[in-house]
Amino acid sequence: MRLALAVFALLAAAPWLGFGEGHSLTLLARGMILGIAALGLWLLVGGAGLVSLGHAAMLGIGAYAVVVLDDARITDALVVVPVALAAAAIFALLTGAVALRTTGVNFIMITIAFGQMAFFTASSLALYGGDDGYTLYGRNTIGGARWLQDRLVFHYTCLALLIACFLLLRMLLASRFGRVLRAAKESPLRVEAIGFNPYPYRLLAYVVAGMMAALAGVLLANATEFVAPSYLAWQRSGELLFVVILGGLGGPQGAVVGALALVLVEELLSDLTEHWRLIMGPLLVLAVLFLPRGIAGGLAGVLRRG
Amino acid sequence: MAEPVLRLDALHKSFGGLAVTADVSLDVRPGELHAVIGPNGAGKTTLIHQVSGTLRPDAGRVVFEGRDVTALSMARRARLGLARSFQITAVLPGFSTRENVALAVQARSGTSFRFLRAAAGERALNDAAEAALAQVGLLDRAAVAAGALSHGEKRQLELAIALAQAPRLLLLDEPLAGTGAEEAERLVALLRTLKGGPAILLVEHDMQAVFALADRITVLALGRVIATGTPDAIRADAAVREAYLGEEAIG
Amino acid sequence: MQALNGLQYGVLLFLVAAGLTLVFGVMDFINLAHGVQYMLGAYLGVSLAAATGSFWWGLLLALPAALACGLVLEWLVFRHLYRRDHLAQVLATFGVILFLNQLVKAVWGSAPLHMPIPALLDGGIEIMLGLRYPVYRIAILAAGLATAAALWLLIERTRAGALVRAGASNAPMLSALGVDTGRLFMLVFACGAMLAGFAGVMAAPILSVEPGMGDTVLILAFVVIVIGGIGSIRGAFLAALIVGLVETLGRSLLPDLLRLVMTPGPARQAGAALGSMLVYLAMALILAVRPRGLFPARAG
Repeated sequence: MRLALAVFALLAAAPWLGFGEGHSLTLLARGMILGIAALGLWLLVGGAGLVSLGHAAMLGIGAYAVVVLDDARITDALVVVPVALAAAAIFALLTGAVALRTTGVNFIMITIAFGQMAFFTASSLALYGGDDGYTLYGRNTIGGARWLQDRLVFHYTCLALLIACFLLLRMLLASRFGRVLRAAKESPLRVEAIGFNPYPYRLLAYVVAGMMAALAGVLLANATEFVAPSYLAWQRSGELLFVVILGGLGGPQGAVVGALALVLVEELLSDLTEHWRLIMGPLLVLAVLFLPRGIAGGLAGVLRRG
Repeated sequence: MAEPVLRLDALHKSFGGLAVTADVSLDVRPGELHAVIGPNGAGKTTLIHQVSGTLRPDAGRVVFEGRDVTALSMARRARLGLARSFQITAVLPGFSTRENVALAVQARSGTSFRFLRAAAGERALNDAAEAALAQVGLLDRAAVAAGALSHGEKRQLELAIALAQAPRLLLLDEPLAGTGAEEAERLVALLRTLKGGPAILLVEHDMQAVFALADRITVLALGRVIATGTPDAIRADAAVREAYLGEEAIG
Repeated sequence: MQALNGLQYGVLLFLVAAGLTLVFGVMDFINLAHGVQYMLGAYLGVSLAAATGSFWWGLLLALPAALACGLVLEWLVFRHLYRRDHLAQVLATFGVILFLNQLVKAVWGSAPLHMPIPALLDGGIEIMLGLRYPVYRIAILAAGLATAAALWLLIERTRAGALVRAGASNAPMLSALGVDTGRLFMLVFACGAMLAGFAGVMAAPILSVEPGMGDTVLILAFVVIVIGGIGSIRGAFLAALIVGLVETLGRSLLPDLLRLVMTPGPARQAGAALGSMLVYLAMALILAVRPRGLFPARAG
C-alpha cells in the first residue's frame, strides 16, 4: 500500500516535477490508462488465477464505443462511458460464460479466440475506418463542457480514475467475494469441498475486469483521438499480460507499477536509439530471471529495508 | 430405528474393465462413527470420492438424510451438510489458519456476493472459526499462514475446517495417515470427543484407532463389502481374517 | 487449388507446431520464441542462398545455422526458465521475441526480402484438367509430408523416440527412472528449432520474409497444438492440416459464399471477418467437445 501511495503522490505532483509539457503529460496519461487496463487484468490473473490473453478486446470495445458514438455525433462522456461499460460487460458476460468452463491452457486459448474474433470484427468494419482506423472529431465532453481537451485536466481525470479503480480492487479483494475468488485460485478443490462453486464468482470478476479495460479504452481513445483495430490485437493482450506479470502479482499495485514502468522505460529507450527493443527485450528477460516477484515486489522490498 | 444419515445403495464404479466399487451398500446412523477398512486396493478412497461427490458412480445411489444426492456436485452436497477432510491435506497455504476456517463458516453464513465489508473483520465468522480451532487444539496458531503449519497441524486444520461447516455427516479420509504415534494418539482423542455429534464415516488404515473409535465397521476387499458389524463381530469374522491374511493383525 | 494451398500451409504449420508441442509436452515449457525460430530460418536461408548463389546451399547451411541460434538461445535464456512457472516463461520468451524481431530489423532492414524459387522447382505442372499448380508448393507439401513421416518413424520406432513419448506423457516419472532428462530436453529442443527453421526456409520464396513474420505463425501454431493435444505429434499433424485448410479456404471462399445472400459490400466485410475467425471458432468447438485435444498425450 505504501508503494501505491508513493506512486500516486508522484503522479499527482508530476506536472511540477518536470513532466509539465504536453509530450510528458501524454506519456503519463498513457501509462495511467495502461495501468487501469492492467488493474482489470490483475484481478483476473493475480486475484483469481485466470490468465486471459483476450483483455485487449475489452479495451478495444471501450475505444470503439467512443468511435461509434462519435460517428453518431454523441460525444458526451456521461453517455459514452456507461455505453462503453455496458458493451464490455455484455461481451465479458457472454464470452466469460463460455471460457470459464475451461481451465489452464484451454482457457488461455479460448480468450485468445474471442479476442481475435473481436479484432477481426473491428478490422472489417469499413464504416469505422476498418484497418486504417478512425480519427475522432475531438475528445469527449462532460455535460457539454470541453474540459478534457485541457491536458492538465485530462491528466488528473486519468489519475482520479486510476486511484478509484485501485481502491475498488482493494475493496473487492478484501470482501467476502474476493476471499472466495482468492481461495479458488489457491485450491479450487478446497473451495468446492466447503460448498462454493467458483464459477459465478469468476464470471463476475471477468465482467468487472472487462469493464475496467473498457474504461481504459475510452480514456485511450480520448488520449490519442484515434482508434484502430490494432488496439485489439493479441499482441496488445500479450503486452497487458506482461505489464501485470512484470509489475508483480503480489497485489494490484503491481499492475500500476508495471504499466508506468513499461511506458517510461519504452520512452527512455526509444529516445536513445531507434533499435530500443534490442535493449528492452533483454531487460524483460533479466527482470524475469532476477525479479521473481516483479518490479513491485522488488521495490516493496527496498522500501521495507530503507 | 431412526432414518440413517447416509445410505449407500448398491454403488458400482468401474475404471476401464476393472470394478473398483462393486455393489457396495452401507448406512451410517445418526451420531454413529462408522469406519470403513480394507486392505490396500480395496477401493476405500474411490468410495469416499463417490460419497463426497468428486466421482459419479456408474450405478447405485447415495442417499443423504433421506435425499438422493447422487447427481449433486460436491459443493452442493457440502451446502446440504456433508463435510469432508482430505487424505492429502488441501488447506489454503496463503491464507492464515483462522481465515481457512472462517471461509468454511462464511460458506454457510449467507451470500458471499458481498463486496463492501472486509471479510476478515467479520466478528461472527472469526468467532465461529476460533471455536472450531479451539476444538481441535489449534487456536494458538490461528494467525499463522496455513502453509507454514507442520504436517500434523495441517491435519488438525483439515478437521477444523470440516467442523466449521457445521456438518451433519463428516467424511474423514485417512486422517491419521503419515502421523507419528504421539500425534495419532492426539487425533484419536480428538475424534473421540466428536462422537455423538455429527455422524462420521471414517476411512482409516490404523487398526488401533479404528477399533478404539468405531461403533460399527464395514470391511471392503477388492471393491466389495465382505462384512459389516460391531468391532467385536468384525474381529471374529472369518472372511475378514482371510482378506487380511498377511496384512497387519486385527485388534 | 485453394485446398492444395491450404494443405501446404498446414504442412508448414505442422513443422513449426511439432517442435512447439514437443517442447511444451516434454519440458512443460511455453516457448513463445518458437515463432522467431521460424523467422530466423527464413532470414538465414535468404542470406545464405544469396551468398552462395544457390537455394539448395542456402537451405543446407541454414539448417545448422538455425539450430546453432536455437541452442545459443537455449543456453542463454531458456535453460534458466524450465523450473519457473508458465507466466515467467511467457514473459521471458516474449522479451526474446522483442529482441530478435528488432535484431532482424537492424541487420536486414524492415523491408521484406525476396527469395527466388530454385530453378529446379520453378514453374507449374498440370495436376488436373486445365489447372496448373506451382511445382514449388507441391515440393513443400512433399517435403513436409516426408518430414512428418520421418518424425513419426523416429518417435514411434526408435528408443530415443520412446523416451520422448514417455516424457510427453509423464516427464517427472522419467527423471525418477534415471533417464538423463537434461540431454533429452536438449535433443527435443534442437529438433524443434531445426524443424521451425526448416519451415522458415521453405516458406521464404512464397511468403514475405519480414520482421514479425513469426507472430502470425506462432499463434496459429498454438491453436494447432491445443487442437491436436499437447505433446502429440500425430495430433499436431492432423490439427495443422485442419487449421491450414480452414484458414486458407475460409478466407478465400467465405466472401464468395456470403455474396450469395448479401450485397457485395457487406459480404466482403463480413466474409473477411468471419473467414479469419473460422479457425478460432473451430478451435472453440473442438475444445468444447474434446477439452484435451484430439490426441492428448499427457497421462491422467
